[in-house]
Amino acid sequence: MNYSIALKTIVKKEIYRFLRIWPQTLLPPAITTALYFLIFGKLIGNRIGMISGATYMDYIVPGIILMSIISHSYSNVVSSFYSTKFQRNIEELLVAPVPNWVILTGYVSGGIFRGLLVGIVVALISMLFADIVVLHPGITIIVAILTATLFSLAGFINAVLAESFDDISIIPNFVLTPLSYLGGVFYSVDMLTGIWQTLIKGNPIMYMINAFRYGMIGVTDIDIQLAFMMIGGFIVVLALFSLYMLHKGTGIKN
Amino acid sequence: MKALSISNLRKTYKNGLEALKGIDLEVEAGDFFALLGPNGAGKSTAIGIISSLVTITSGSVSVFGHDLVKDREKAKSCIGLVPQEVNFNQFDTVQGIVLNQAGYYGTPRKLALQRTEQCLKQMDLWDRRNTISRRLSGGMKRRVMIARAMVHAPKLLILDEPTAGVDIEIRRSMWKMMQEVNEQGTTIILTTHYLEEAESLCRNIAIIDQGKIVENSNMASLLARLNVDHFVLDLAEPLIVVPVLDGCHIERVSDKVLNVSVPKEFGLNRLFSQLTDMNIKVLSLKNKSNRLEQLFMDLVESKPARDKR
Repeated sequence: MNYSIALKTIVKKEIYRFLRIWPQTLLPPAITTALYFLIFGKLIGNRIGMISGATYMDYIVPGIILMSIISHSYSNVVSSFYSTKFQRNIEELLVAPVPNWVILTGYVSGGIFRGLLVGIVVALISMLFADIVVLHPGITIIVAILTATLFSLAGFINAVLAESFDDISIIPNFVLTPLSYLGGVFYSVDMLTGIWQTLIKGNPIMYMINAFRYGMIGVTDIDIQLAFMMIGGFIVVLALFSLYMLHKGTGIKN
Repeated sequence: MKALSISNLRKTYKNGLEALKGIDLEVEAGDFFALLGPNGAGKSTAIGIISSLVTITSGSVSVFGHDLVKDREKAKSCIGLVPQEVNFNQFDTVQGIVLNQAGYYGTPRKLALQRTEQCLKQMDLWDRRNTISRRLSGGMKRRVMIARAMVHAPKLLILDEPTAGVDIEIRRSMWKMMQEVNEQGTTIILTTHYLEEAESLCRNIAIIDQGKIVENSNMASLLARLNVDHFVLDLAEPLIVVPVLDGCHIERVSDKVLNVSVPKEFGLNRLFSQLTDMNIKVLSLKNKSNRLEQLFMDLVESKPARDKR
C-alpha cells in the first residue's frame, strides 16, 4: 500500500484545519507577542540595558519566538487529536490500513507546520521592534524544527491520555507556560543564584531557548551540543512512547 | 472463498465483562449476512473487533484469507464500515469526508475524486458535496457514512444498524442501494433491529446472545422451522363469544379483532372454512409479527433452557 498518500491526506487535513480557523490560531500570537515586544522590549527593556552583550530587545526576541513555537505546536496536536478522539472520527483512521507511524507522523507534522508558521509570524512582528541579523541560520532553523517536533509529540501524548477537555488544558497552563517563562525567555540563567542555578538545568525548555538564541544572536548560557543531545533524546523517547500507546490502543481502542 | 472467518473469538473488557465467549462464524464471499442479537449481546463488540476498533482477547479473525493480526493491513483494505453512530468530522464538507477516507486507504487523488463522485451520486448526495456535514439531516448523515465506507471499493461492507432512526422512504431506498451493492459482488454483513429488514435482504443469518452464537443458518431454512403463524383478523361483525377451533389458539383483542395462532399443518383454508361455518366474516388478515421476529424472540427467550443444556 502507498503510505505516502495516507500521510499526505492527514498532513493536508491538519494544515487545512488550523488555516481555516486562522483568527484562533495565527492572529492571537501576533497580537500577544507584539505586546511583549512593546512592553518588555521597548518600554521596560530600555531601562534594563545589555545582557551578555545584546540589547534587552534583541535578547528576548529569540525566546519569545521559540515560546510561541512551543505553545502552538503543542496546542495544535493536543486539540486536533483530542477532538478527533472526542468526535470519534479517529475511527476513520483506525479502520483504514494506516500504520501507527503514519498517524503519528501526520499529526506531528501538522503541529510542526503550525508551530513554524506561528514562529515566522512572530519573527515578522519582531522586525517592527528589533533589527536582528540571524548569525547562524542553520542552527536557528534546526532548533525551531526540532523543538516544534518535540512539543508536537508531547501534545500527541497528552491528547491520547486525555479523557476530558480539562485534561488537555492542564499541561499547557500548569507545565508548559511556567517552564517556558522560567526557561530564560526574559532573563539570563546566569542571573539566578544558589539552588536555582542547579534546578534550572532540569528544565528542558531552557536548553532549547538558549540553543535558539545562540542561532539567532550568538548568545547562550549553555553548551549547544548538550542542547541538541537533550532535544534529540526527548524526541526519541516521546516518539517511541507515542508509538507504544498507539500499538496498545491506549485511549483510542477498547 | 470465505469473506469472513472467525474462530473461538473471545473478548473480555477491562471491567471484567465477558462480551464474547468464544464465537465461531463464517461468511461466504458475496453473501448478504444478518448478524442479529438483543442489545448488549456482543454484536457491536464482534463488529468492533472485525473492523479493528476493539482489541482481541483471544481467538482469530480473517478477512478474505488475511489474518487480522498477522496481515492487518491487507485485511483492513478489504473492509468498509458503516458504524452505528455518526463519527465523521462535523465541520468537514461531505466531499472532504469521503475524499479523506479514500486517501487513508491509499487511493491516488485522481481515482479518489472519481470514486467520491460515484459514491456520492449513488447515495444521492452529489448536490450536497460542498455542504458542511453538521447541516445535514439524520438520513443524509447515514448516507455520507455509507459513501465513505464504499469509497475504497471494499470487498466486505459491514453495516451496523444503517437504517436506525431514518424514515421509511429513506430506509427503503437504502435497502435498494444495499441490494445493488451486494449484486455487484460486495459481501455485506448487516446488523439491525428491524427484523423485517434482515428477513427481506439477507440470505444467511447468525443470532448472537450473551456473547454466544445461538443460531447460524440459512434464512429460508430458519424460517421454515417456524411451525405456527400468528395472524390478526379484522371482522365484519362484532363478536360476543370467542370461537373455539381445535388446533388453533384464538384471542379476542376487541369486538371486531381477533388474534389467531395457526399451526402450519392446520392451514389457512381450513381456518377460513371453519370460520365461515360459524358465520364469521373476515374482512382482512395480517401477520401479527414478522416471521423472523417470532423466531428471534423464541431463540432469545429460550435462554434459561439453552443455558441448562
